[in-house]
Amino acid sequence: MEPFVTHTGTAVPLRRSDVDTDQIIPSDWLKRVERTGFGKGLFAEWREDPTFVLNRPERQGATVLLAGENFGTGSSREHAVWALTDFGFKAVISSRFADIFRGNSLKGGLLPVQLPAEVVTALMDLTDADPTAEITVDLDAREVRAGAITAPFDLDDFTRWRLMEGLDDIGLTLRHEESVASFEKSRPSWKPATAVS
Amino acid sequence: MAKTLAEKVWDEHVVRSADGEPDLLYIDLHLIHEVTSPQAFDGLRMAGRTLRRPDLTLATEDHNVPTDLLQGPIKDPISKTQIETLRKNCAEFGVRLYPMGDASQGIVHVIGPQLGITQPGMTIVCGDSHTSTHGAFGALAFGIGTSEVEHVMATQTLSLPRPKTMAVTVEGDLPVGTTAKDLVLALIAQVGTGGGQGYVVEYRGDAITKLSMEGRMTVCNMSIEWGARAGMIAPDQTTYDYLRGRDHAPAGADWDAAVAAWDALRTDADATFDKEVVLDASTITPFVTWGTNPAQGVALSDVVPDPQALPAGNIRDAAERALVYMGLTAGTPMRDIAVDTVFLGSCTNGRMEDLRAAAAILEGRKVAEGVRMLVVPGSMLVKLQAEKEGLDKVFSDAGAEWRSAGCSMCLGMNPDTLTPGERSASTSNRNFEGRQGRGGRTHLVSPQVAAATAIVGRFAAPSDLQEL
Ligand code: SF4
Repeated sequence: MEPFVTHTGTAVPLRRSDVDTDQIIPSDWLKRVERTGFGKGLFAEWREDPTFVLNRPERQGATVLLAGENFGTGSSREHAVWALTDFGFKAVISSRFADIFRGNSLKGGLLPVQLPAEVVTALMDLTDADPTAEITVDLDAREVRAGAITAPFDLDDFTRWRLMEGLDDIGLTLRHEESVASFEKSRPSWKPATAVS
Repeated sequence: MAKTLAEKVWDEHVVRSADGEPDLLYIDLHLIHEVTSPQAFDGLRMAGRTLRRPDLTLATEDHNVPTDLLQGPIKDPISKTQIETLRKNCAEFGVRLYPMGDASQGIVHVIGPQLGITQPGMTIVCGDSHTSTHGAFGALAFGIGTSEVEHVMATQTLSLPRPKTMAVTVEGDLPVGTTAKDLVLALIAQVGTGGGQGYVVEYRGDAITKLSMEGRMTVCNMSIEWGARAGMIAPDQTTYDYLRGRDHAPAGADWDAAVAAWDALRTDADATFDKEVVLDASTITPFVTWGTNPAQGVALSDVVPDPQALPAGNIRDAAERALVYMGLTAGTPMRDIAVDTVFLGSCTNGRMEDLRAAAAILEGRKVAEGVRMLVVPGSMLVKLQAEKEGLDKVFSDAGAEWRSAGCSMCLGMNPDTLTPGERSASTSNRNFEGRQGRGGRTHLVSPQVAAATAIVGRFAAPSDLQEL
């Protein structure tokens, strides 16, 4: 994974709450077996409306998504993250994320940043007033900065370190292979297993 | 130290914990389906990694499969490729697969319990948010994304922070004619879509322990719809009676050893939860959603709410948008709303009891003129059992379509979809915009309300039928 230290870019304000993953990437797109090319399906149905914020000329090239509360609810599809990153987003800012979406983002190169609702609204107001306004998401300092706004955000040290180093999760776990093997020896024998054909 | 059920199961699976790091949690069972696994298998191959425990991995085909066998094999080439990819991957990595046509095929969350491979105290994951269903057995079960699917494939573990715990206590008795589905829809309307975020929830109280295993599964299934990471119910005699004798359930001395271990899986009397919610079951009546998220619901006897009466801000804005999308006017009695389609099925309500309850209402009656009703069993075993009991005939005689097992119109990845503007009463779990097909308008209901609605053509409860 590519390391994430800090990112600066323009933003798209999506003033809707409870945006579910069926909206982010409709199920039609889930039939694909690849991991790339999902950007075209991002918000597919809403984008059919030419006035939808993502379609507006002043929002082209934006890399930070400002979303309403409870972003990414619903299905576990990581395709939602792949659609956002393929479209060009590097970070999503919301006052609350659905758990699975947040976890998927942290694995998929999209930084989910949780900020108080007032701060998210202030950022939306800022980019509404000036679409060229840049927002900096600084993972190193755990801080979002834009215009006069400076807002700290929480992220645990371990995850921050993993993202800043761009480390592969599986690789990290495989370092503990011995612990896994010894745990396996302690499992009760009556635990179920699928007969392998 | 006193512990909750969730904490006990968690602690029994910690492979490694270190200060300032997430716990490494062992996974007892990894369920797989065609939609969220191909990229994970690819990842393994690209990194030259192996699947650590094929014997703890189980696959089925459910999301894409056509349920109308008269239509022949899969026509959609992309769906077909996805199914074929799963078959190839399972063959290459040695994973047991229940393909279309197999007697054990079905929706992943229906077949696990049915095979008896979902057991108390296990950790169960699947690249599917409704994995929470398996929590009905006192398992810690939750949905994961494809990167985590790959992580489990490679390591049989997940690296996760310890979750917070919540108790939802449902006291009292559910009134006659009210179901587990009504209970959970009413709960979600009360707590909101994000109410459970970050928590593993334990459902407890009289109204919960009196539910059958299938009712418990319906409740746990919908945990994700209010944001909970997982939902659990402590195992008890009902759980053991359900499991005993199933294919993968322990037998003989193993059964006794397992039950002894399962008996310990109860929240200690003096354990504390991070949060508690209490609900009175006796006030719950048949429930139906009116909006585009599962928290936007009211009692069937109620009216479409007026957004202006809701708190200003997100909730009101979302309600206003939902009414436009749903084509509804505030103040309309729910019972006056006509439907085009009724869908009975899904991992929420596609099991035997659901089918039996709906059939009992439809028996000797007809689906209303102009209404299409689809009955899609959750698994092939459910289908065969229903046919043995003659339910297929009840449904067909009433004018409903009797289908084969799969996810079907729950998400419309197969040919079963709503057309733009079409309105459905659906026993599934999500009423998101376009969930059942572009422009489709979904109302979530129980199987009983679905059946009564099919007969009347407008939202109705079984109790309305006598008055006809
Ligand atoms: S029935 Fe619906 S919710 Fe359940 S697994 Fe299938 S698509 Fe998902």
